[in-house]
Amino acid sequence: MTSATFPADPKPPAGWSRYFGFSTDAKVIGIQYIVTAFFFFLIGGLLAMVIRGELITPAADLVDRTVYNGIYTMHGTIMLFLFVFPVLNGLNNLLIPTMIGAPDMAFPRLNTAAFWLVPVFGFLLIASFFVPGGPAMAGWWSYPPVSIQNPLGHWLNGEFLWILAVALSGVSSIMGAINFVTTILRMRAPGMTFFRMPVFCWTALAAQSLQLIGLPALTGGAVMLLMDLSFGTSFYRPEGGGDPVLYQHFFWFYSHPAVYVIILPVFGIFSEIFPVYSRKPLFGYVYVALASFIIVGLGLVVWVHHMFPSGVAQWMRDLFMATTMLIAVPTGVKVFAWLGTIWGGKLRLTTPMLFCLGGLFNFVFAGITGIMLATVPIDIHVSNTYFVVGHFHYVIYGAAVMGIFAAIYHWFPKFTGRMPYEGLGKLHCLLTFIGANLNFLPMHPLGLMGMPRRVSSYDPEFTFWNVIASLGAFLLGVSIIPFLLNMVSSWIRGPKATHNPWNAIGLEWLLPSPPPVENFEDDVPTVISRPYGYGTGQPLVEHQAEIEQRLTLQEAAA
Amino acid sequence: MTASTPRSINSSAVLGVSVWVGLLVVFSHWMGRQAYHWLPVQASNAAPLVDGLFSFETAIGTFVFGAVVSVMSWVMLFNRAEKYDETDAIPIEGNTRLEVIWTAIPFVLVMAIAVYAMRVNHTLGVLGPMEHIHAHDPIEMQGGYPGDRLPAEQVEVIARQWSWEFRYPGANVSSTELHLPLDQPVTFRLTSDDVLHGFYIPAFRIKQDVIPGRAIDITLTPTREGRYRLRDSQFSGTWFAANQADVVVESEDGYRVWLQQASGLPLRAGVSVAADEYSQRQQQQNPGWATVPPAPPPQVNVPGSLSLPHDA
Repeated sequence: MTSATFPADPKPPAGWSRYFGFSTDAKVIGIQYIVTAFFFFLIGGLLAMVIRGELITPAADLVDRTVYNGIYTMHGTIMLFLFVFPVLNGLNNLLIPTMIGAPDMAFPRLNTAAFWLVPVFGFLLIASFFVPGGPAMAGWWSYPPVSIQNPLGHWLNGEFLWILAVALSGVSSIMGAINFVTTILRMRAPGMTFFRMPVFCWTALAAQSLQLIGLPALTGGAVMLLMDLSFGTSFYRPEGGGDPVLYQHFFWFYSHPAVYVIILPVFGIFSEIFPVYSRKPLFGYVYVALASFIIVGLGLVVWVHHMFPSGVAQWMRDLFMATTMLIAVPTGVKVFAWLGTIWGGKLRLTTPMLFCLGGLFNFVFAGITGIMLATVPIDIHVSNTYFVVGHFHYVIYGAAVMGIFAAIYHWFPKFTGRMPYEGLGKLHCLLTFIGANLNFLPMHPLGLMGMPRRVSSYDPEFTFWNVIASLGAFLLGVSIIPFLLNMVSSWIRGPKATHNPWNAIGLEWLLPSPPPVENFEDDVPTVISRPYGYGTGQPLVEHQAEIEQRLTLQEAAA
Repeated sequence: MTASTPRSINSSAVLGVSVWVGLLVVFSHWMGRQAYHWLPVQASNAAPLVDGLFSFETAIGTFVFGAVVSVMSWVMLFNRAEKYDETDAIPIEGNTRLEVIWTAIPFVLVMAIAVYAMRVNHTLGVLGPMEHIHAHDPIEMQGGYPGDRLPAEQVEVIARQWSWEFRYPGANVSSTELHLPLDQPVTFRLTSDDVLHGFYIPAFRIKQDVIPGRAIDITLTPTREGRYRLRDSQFSGTWFAANQADVVVESEDGYRVWLQQASGLPLRAGVSVAADEYSQRQQQQNPGWATVPPAPPPQVNVPGSLSLPHDA
């Protein structure tokens, strides 16, 4: 038996140019993911500004109704598939290998391919603005039959490109998930048992397992949708004997767990950051770690709560209400654990800490409206209204995006070698927190009053809260300016970062900033205790003092 | 919450926490009362049940949110590190008893809410707002709707891109404005000619998707006279937002009179905002992206109006 030999990788180019090529270095790919994601974030945000501009008055007077429908569809699609998922995969790429002491991901080439699919399907999706008839206009759920109506009858249409893009996004996510799961399972540092693994890795493992279980359902559903759209099949066409509600099961079987794919790593970020800036260990580490997998299990059996008014049987409504409410229990365990962590700590209200505290505030609020939405009789009234829009924007923007910003500020010095500016960071945090609440809180009364989501015009009684929401949205638009300024200027000329500027505990903080290509190379430290040993005086790894001393000497010499 | 485990019992701390919890309880109760005002007027027998549940959850939610924010605020105010204090805090790695408590209490709480909600579900089912789904019946496809095999007050609702048509098979009346008698159970048979729609009347707290290829029955009892909005709640394409109709609840006598008069009126085009806007749009140079053309306005005895003020 011969062992396979791979050709040696050519020397990776140094400096800026490496970010524009096919790198196999997870740290380069991570930054590629994050920067690409924020490029699409700006496009998705611009679309949101148009949406809120249209909704600042009751009449459909800013853009044509078709344009409005295309824009809100693309806003949702871009923000989910081209912003949130890629930015989290970027963090996975940066954090997983460095946190577990691996030199790189398990399959570096697969990693490159997974990333480069993002600009490809991003291009396809944006290109759909320019095909005859305009982009997809059926919402990011793309429910048939409205999604397969194809008014022009042209084979090249927005919906076609949309399905293609979503399918490619699924392929990219599966490739990423295989890589992250394998890396976490197989490449941990010596001594790093599962219960010595940082919670971010636990949540990443949980979230990526969900991707592997759920994505095939979405992909199958999307393939059938494409067949109905382009090849005249009748999987979902009632006139051909198909069932449009079937699609909803395929779609939500993945797309509800997708919410946990987004929020679980953010729970991981909270669990990493609260201990650092409270100077205390994570409260109940084992429970927090295990709760992620309980959320995975429950998250797979709640999807019908998106379909309570769709025509499902009463017993299904009762069953899925109960499972949905149970999710509050493991989630509550995490929230209380974070409160236990900060309680009696020595808080440092730095930018990442403020983002986490704001994110926790928003998340708890979203959790309460989540219980309301799980309650079938209330859901019957508020489903498909602005109440739902408010709820999930609190989760996705209020909690997840704020957590992502926290992570970016916290780990920025590690991967760029430069310190971000605190003043701009705090301004960004303040504007984000106020903007998000001003934007998304008014959506709740609107939904309770009975304003459906996805409307391009509305009755005059809804004007007041819509004006406030729009002003909040514009403030959120402005909030991104200090962020971009901060990122660009501190990366170019920020103060040099030491290996551990926040005095944090974790393998990644025992690497130079930025870490070398192969991280610890052959010199991986042996982990001897649990993470988050703040105040315990226990070292995380063998010979920790020597490692830190060597890093400090290197920094002094540089 | 975490304040309840001091190492030595500090009576002033216990008193402070108790007073604060008491204030939170009072405030939560007040929020629960307020919750009724955030909802539209109650115009069906389902509405009080739904609103009661919402008020209850608002009160509980306010308490939980208030408690969490209280802890966060306390910590942010009083547990800040001193300037230049680089030391760590006292390491507390966990507390199994607390973990058990804050797993058990939410578990019991959400299960109690779920059981309460299931009972409301059941009551609503008995009252009517629970759908009965039929496979597509060829008789309905032909537009025949024999009044004899249906309950006394039976309204056929036909959803289209983008108009609502209401047929009263017993009286042989059709309309684009829904008229209902007060305090009489009425059964709607929901069908769609094209795509998914949502039959949503906020004042009735009722919402049911209308699914092409199925006939869905749903029953409710209006309990308040007035004029309300019916809105399409499941995205249905270009004029989704304009796919609305008015619902008029009137006294039994008034309803009979309306039905009587309507049956004598000749058929004419019903209300369809979409059809009106589409004809204007066709005259524009560059009207926008592609759209499915609206179905022609249904031919009805009573078109009704969308311009009168509505209660909710």
